[in-house]
Amino acid sequence: MGPRVIVQDAPFDAASLLDGFGAGAGAVVTFSGLVRADDGLVALEIEHYPGMTEAALSDHARNAVERFALTDALVVHRFGRIEVGAAIMMVATAAPHRRAAFEAADFLMDWLKSRAPFWKREIGAEGPRGWVAAKDADEAALTRW
Amino acid sequence: MTMQVAAIDVLYFAWLRERIGVPRERVETSAATVRDLVAELAGRDDWHAAALSDMDAVRVAVDQRLADMDAPLAGAREVAFFPPMTGG
Repeated sequence: MGPRVIVQDAPFDAASLLDGFGAGAGAVVTFSGLVRADDGLVALEIEHYPGMTEAALSDHARNAVERFALTDALVVHRFGRIEVGAAIMMVATAAPHRRAAFEAADFLMDWLKSRAPFWKREIGAEGPRGWVAAKDADEAALTRW
Repeated sequence: MTMQVAAIDVLYFAWLRERIGVPRERVETSAATVRDLVAELAGRDDWHAAALSDMDAVRVAVDQRLADMDAPLAGAREVAFFPPMTGG
């Protein structure tokens, strides 16, 4: 069974998704990204590329499983409007030992930041603002791997 | 030499979609590479020209895989243009 990838507009329930995840592994790491309360921000609007998003996430999750010898992996990413404080995405990795689980989660996140086809736009109290610009630091982070 | 004309779905996301005014369009093209297709599209009207004027700020996918300006279009069905991605 391959890693599980979920792309949806609805909120997700992390606890139920993680119920039974990595059963039998020695280590499970989860990371969640939330909408940060920056400068009057009320929400993010996330656009994605249906079809490519799911395929790219699945490919990369499989890469992570292979590279870090994971026993399981999960990638969840939302699109559409997401309010401040709500979860945008989550990755979970399971491995026999903690280092592989931590590193695989970090690897998945670095890749998601600048290679997964999502685009964020900020929504303030006054209405839509501009598109979030990609950060050079995120691009540079990929060279770590 | 024969020019192969193919119908390709061209998709735009985020600010490219907004500047061009449509999320997708079907184009009949004999473009051999992404670079040729960009030149053709930029010649369509001012909106396309403006959106595709700085390709350093644009990423490309051919059939839903990241590609570059030199990528061949033989057999391609779908080409997408979008800004650098901001996931996570």
